[in-house]
Amino acid sequence: MAIDSIKDKAAIVGIGVVDFSTDIGRTEWYTACQAIKLAAEEAGVNIDDIDGMVKSVDDGPDPTYTGKGLGIDNLLYHSENHWGTSAMMNAVHAVAGGLCNYCVYYQTAHRASGPEKCISDFLVAREFRDDSLDMVRYDYFSPFGLIGEPGYVAMMYRRYMHETGIKPEQLGWVPIVASENAARNTNAIFFDKSITIDDYMQSKLIADPIRELDCAPKVDGSIAIVITTPERAKALKQEPVIINSVASGYALEGQNYTSYTRDVITDLPEMENMAKELYRVGGMGPKDIKVAMLDDTFAPYVPMQLEALGFCGKGEAPAFIEGGDKIRVGGQLPVNPDGGEIGQGRFITTRIVEAVRQIRGTSTNQVANTDTVLVASGAGGPADGMICRKE
Amino acid sequence: MSVEYNADQKIPHPAMWGVLYKSSTPFWDGVKEKRVMLQRCKSCGYWLNPPRPMCPKCRSQESEWVAAKGTGKIYSWVTFNESPHSAFKTPYEAVLVELDEGPRIVSNVVGINSDELEIGMPVEVTFEDVAEDLTLPKFKKVG
Ligand SMILES: [Zn+2]
Repeated sequence: MAIDSIKDKAAIVGIGVVDFSTDIGRTEWYTACQAIKLAAEEAGVNIDDIDGMVKSVDDGPDPTYTGKGLGIDNLLYHSENHWGTSAMMNAVHAVAGGLCNYCVYYQTAHRASGPEKCISDFLVAREFRDDSLDMVRYDYFSPFGLIGEPGYVAMMYRRYMHETGIKPEQLGWVPIVASENAARNTNAIFFDKSITIDDYMQSKLIADPIRELDCAPKVDGSIAIVITTPERAKALKQEPVIINSVASGYALEGQNYTSYTRDVITDLPEMENMAKELYRVGGMGPKDIKVAMLDDTFAPYVPMQLEALGFCGKGEAPAFIEGGDKIRVGGQLPVNPDGGEIGQGRFITTRIVEAVRQIRGTSTNQVANTDTVLVASGAGGPADGMICRKE
Repeated sequence: MSVEYNADQKIPHPAMWGVLYKSSTPFWDGVKEKRVMLQRCKSCGYWLNPPRPMCPKCRSQESEWVAAKGTGKIYSWVTFNESPHSAFKTPYEAVLVELDEGPRIVSNVVGINSDELEIGMPVEVTFEDVAEDLTLPKFKKVG
C-alpha cells in the first residue's frame, strides 16, 4: 500500500493531437514538437514554462532531444516509464511532488509508416543485450512460429474461450461498437461506417481464434498532454481535469501477452492489483465511474478488463458486451466512446485525450454528465490506470 | 497439422536476436540430446519457466536443470492463417503443451490434423530435425 498523497494533486490542462495518418510524412521529432506546441497553446502555457517532460520508453524521441527541438532552456524533470500510460504516473508524481511546474506527457509513434512498422518486438529486443525474462521467452517461441502479438494473444484467447464459453458472436461486439464510435469521431481514420456481426464473422482469422478486426491497426500519430497542479490550473485557459488517482499493477509470472506459465492464464491479475490501488487512492469504486477507457489493442482484453476492474462479476463479461447496448453511449458503462484503438489505431494516449474530452463535455460522442472516467492500459502485461474527474 | 517450411527461408533459431540467451542455453543443449530440459529451484522445487536467475518463491539463486518425461496435454493452440515469418507455410499450429511435471512450453504438433486438436489431448515429445543445425522438440499423439 502506497501513500495516497497524490490524490487530486494534479490536473490535465491541455491536450494536443496531431491528425492521425497511415503515412504522416514527417519525422517523429517533428510531430513530437508539433503535438507539444498544440497542447501548450490549448492550455495557455508558454513553452518556456514547460519544465517537465515524460514519455513511455518505446514511443518517440527522448525528452532531452524533444526539449532541444522545442527550444526549452532547462528541464527540471525528465523521465521515461515503460509501456502504456505509466508515464502519466511520473508526470503526476513530478507535479504533485513539486519537482516541476508544468509537465508534458507526450507519445509519438509512426508505427504505420516509420521505423516501427516492422514488428515492434524486434526494436525492443535490440535494446536488450543481456538476458531478461521478457527476451528469453523468444528463444522458446520463435522457432515454433509463435511470432507476433496477435499469435501471442490468440494462444491465451483460445484457452479463454474454452474456460468461459465466450463465442465470436459475443466478442464481435467489441469491434462493432468501436466501429460505430469511430464512425462518429472525426479524428478516427479507420471506420467511415460501422460494421455488422456478419462483417466481423467474415473477418480473416489471421491467428485463429484472433481475427483481423480484433486487432488495433498500426497508425502514425503524436499526442501531448500538459499536467500541472489544480492551483496553477486556475490561471489557465481550460477547465482543468483533476487526476483523482494513478496506479500501476504487477503480478508474478507476468510477461507481455504471454503469461502462459501461470496456473490461470485467462485473467488479468496485474489489472486487478492496479484497480485495487486506483480505487483505494481515489476513494472510488467501479460504480462511481461513468465512462471506461479500456485497452482494446486486442479485443479479448476488453471483457477481461470489465471483470478485472470490477465493472461486472467474474464470468459475466461475455453477456455484458453481447449486443453492445451496455457498452454504448447511453448504456450502463460506455466503453471507449471515441472508437478506442480498434477505431483510431494503436495509440495508447488516445484514451487520455478522450477522458479529457468527456469530462470537458466536448467529445464527438459525448456521454451525458460525465464527471468521472477510468483509463486503463497494459492489458496482458504490467498494468497502469488513472481515474480523472470533473473539478 | 504438422508445420511445413519454405525450403529457401531460414527458420528462426532460438538465438533470433543474434545471441542465444545464457538462461535458455541448457534447454537447447538438451534438445540436441533429445531431451526436454527444465530449470527448477534447487531449494524449494519451484519451476523456473522460462528460466531466470532467482526463485520468485524462496529467492534462492541455486537452480538445477532436470529432464522432463516428455509427456503432457494440449493446453491451448493457435492456427496461423497469415504467416508472421516467411519460413512457415500457412496454415500451421503453434501449441501450448502442459507437461506432466507442470510447466507449459510452446511447440508444434506432428501428425495431428487441425480438426483433431483439442484442449486436454494427451501428447508426447518427438524430435524433428528441421534444419541442418536445428532440432526442435515437437509433440505427437501418445502411443
Ligand atoms: Zn525456490
